Amino acid sequence: MATNKTSTRRKARKTGKANGHATDKQIAGKSKLELINVSKSYGEDWEREEVLVNLDLEIQPGKLTAVVGPSGCGKSALVNLIAGFEHPDSGQVLLDGKPVTGPGRDRMVVFQESALIPWQTAYQNVIFGPQLRGDMSAAQMKEEADKLFETVGLVEFKHKYPLQLSGGMQRRAELARALINQPKVMIMDEPFRGLDAMSRELMQEFFLRIFEKNRRTNIFVTSEIEEAIFLADRLVVLSNKPTRVRSVIDIDLERPRTFEMLSSAKAYEYKREAMEILHEEALKNFKSSGSQSDFVEAFSARNE
Amino acid sequence: MTDAIQSAHDTTIVVAKRSKLRKLADNKTLWRGIASIILFILFWEVSSQSKVWFGIQVPFIGKVPPPSAVLENWVEVVQRPGYWQSWYLSFMRVFFGFIVAMIVGIPFGMALAVNRYFRDIFFPPFEVLRPIPPLAWVPASIIFWPTTELSIAFVTFLGAFFTIVINVLGGARTIDVQYLRAAQSMGASQWDLFRRIILPGTLPSIFTGAAVGMGITWEVVVAAEMISGGGQQSGGGLGFFIWSSYMGGSLAQVVVGMISIGIAGYFSSSMIRYIGYLFMPWRRIF
Repeated sequence: MATNKTSTRRKARKTGKANGHATDKQIAGKSKLELINVSKSYGEDWEREEVLVNLDLEIQPGKLTAVVGPSGCGKSALVNLIAGFEHPDSGQVLLDGKPVTGPGRDRMVVFQESALIPWQTAYQNVIFGPQLRGDMSAAQMKEEADKLFETVGLVEFKHKYPLQLSGGMQRRAELARALINQPKVMIMDEPFRGLDAMSRELMQEFFLRIFEKNRRTNIFVTSEIEEAIFLADRLVVLSNKPTRVRSVIDIDLERPRTFEMLSSAKAYEYKREAMEILHEEALKNFKSSGSQSDFVEAFSARNE
Repeated sequence: MTDAIQSAHDTTIVVAKRSKLRKLADNKTLWRGIASIILFILFWEVSSQSKVWFGIQVPFIGKVPPPSAVLENWVEVVQRPGYWQSWYLSFMRVFFGFIVAMIVGIPFGMALAVNRYFRDIFFPPFEVLRPIPPLAWVPASIIFWPTTELSIAFVTFLGAFFTIVINVLGGARTIDVQYLRAAQSMGASQWDLFRRIILPGTLPSIFTGAAVGMGITWEVVVAAEMISGGGQQSGGGLGFFIWSSYMGGSLAQVVVGMISIGIAGYFSSSMIRYIGYLFMPWRRIF
């Protein structure tokens, strides 16, 4: 099985197929998400601000698409539109060709700060979805949940309340809560923000292993370029507001990924390329509004 | 990360193993509390006995009967059924007003929080009535309600009602929208959202409102009893007990009444805290 995988991977490279070596087999049956000509603005009348204007974006099936952009660009708006929490002013969000009309279990979001429900134990949180829909028998629900707790390594913490869990554990519980719903697309909205560097790395690795195993279509919004490169098959760089897709970089690194790959010349080149675009975009914002200096500062500090 | 959790876990086990009595004996807060109350009583006793310290008249406390006199009076008072009747009457009034305020206030606050039209219609008059102190309602209430008992109950109801509604409204409106969104993604109906997210999310505020409301209810009931004369029955509540003691010139008995209300209020708040503890297991974890 493993050798088989490697050989297809090699073949893929020989035929010049990039995109993180996802094989056709892995992609088969996975869902595709498209944003077509989407515009969205917030506020009313004279305060109206165009956040997304005629945005086209394709989230390819079975791939992990990372989305980065200057801070304050419409990343959250993008997440809300895809998840169906908000509706575009014009244009369409399509999941496998069908328009998205509202929130649904086929698109699960893992939120920025943990959105585990504090008055439910980790276990109650995980079975929340099936319980609400009533689409699993009690025994099945328990079995699925137990399996997931095994996967995310929280078996002993099953009956703890979210506040009793560390930040990393909370994120893992939230992953389990999303996964039990068997979504077609996972939407990760800066899920590891606020974790300390150590837990963050652990979570990235952990998350990658889950993704590489089932290759669910993934959109991963982040403000960390290294994180994006480490995880993604495709890196979408957004422009400053009004947000467009500024550039799409195919990340052609082996899977399973390891942190050492980040120090390869290839990864460095990706990083430089993305940084350059982001810097440009951030500067635009800096000039036009005078705010967002934080990003420019952060950028220059990193390059020193 | 895991180590921190593990050690916290170990600590809880150790604490659980220690006997309850031992834990009580180790409780520094408890001992400090007891010491502080004893010191306060000593200071009170000494200063009201001597009245003059270093040639200076002790203000206020020098005119209050000493704790020994209060205790003496108390021992005598507890043998009178009228005193216990006062406790009973005040408690009934407080709880009647309070419970009605909860029954009406919680759904009303919830409706304000979740329904925009309801809020647009009912919030403005509510906000106009809210700043009126409950005691300002006393005359109107006496005219409006057929019996004194009902007018007192009505005023106590008002005391708790506004606080409870404001807390429920505030609590329900500050629930993190992400909980609602997460639930919606997983297929929650409107009713699910209310039952599984909004209601439990508002519970802490409901109990805060209840605790504050309970305090106000005691304030109001005492004042209302003083004003109204405590109803037809003999011994018309703790407020009336204080008032009649004052009229009878027994200052020690006034203090007995005051401390009785202090104890009653403390007892009521503890009860609410305990019910909150039972209702919100996720808040007991620290």
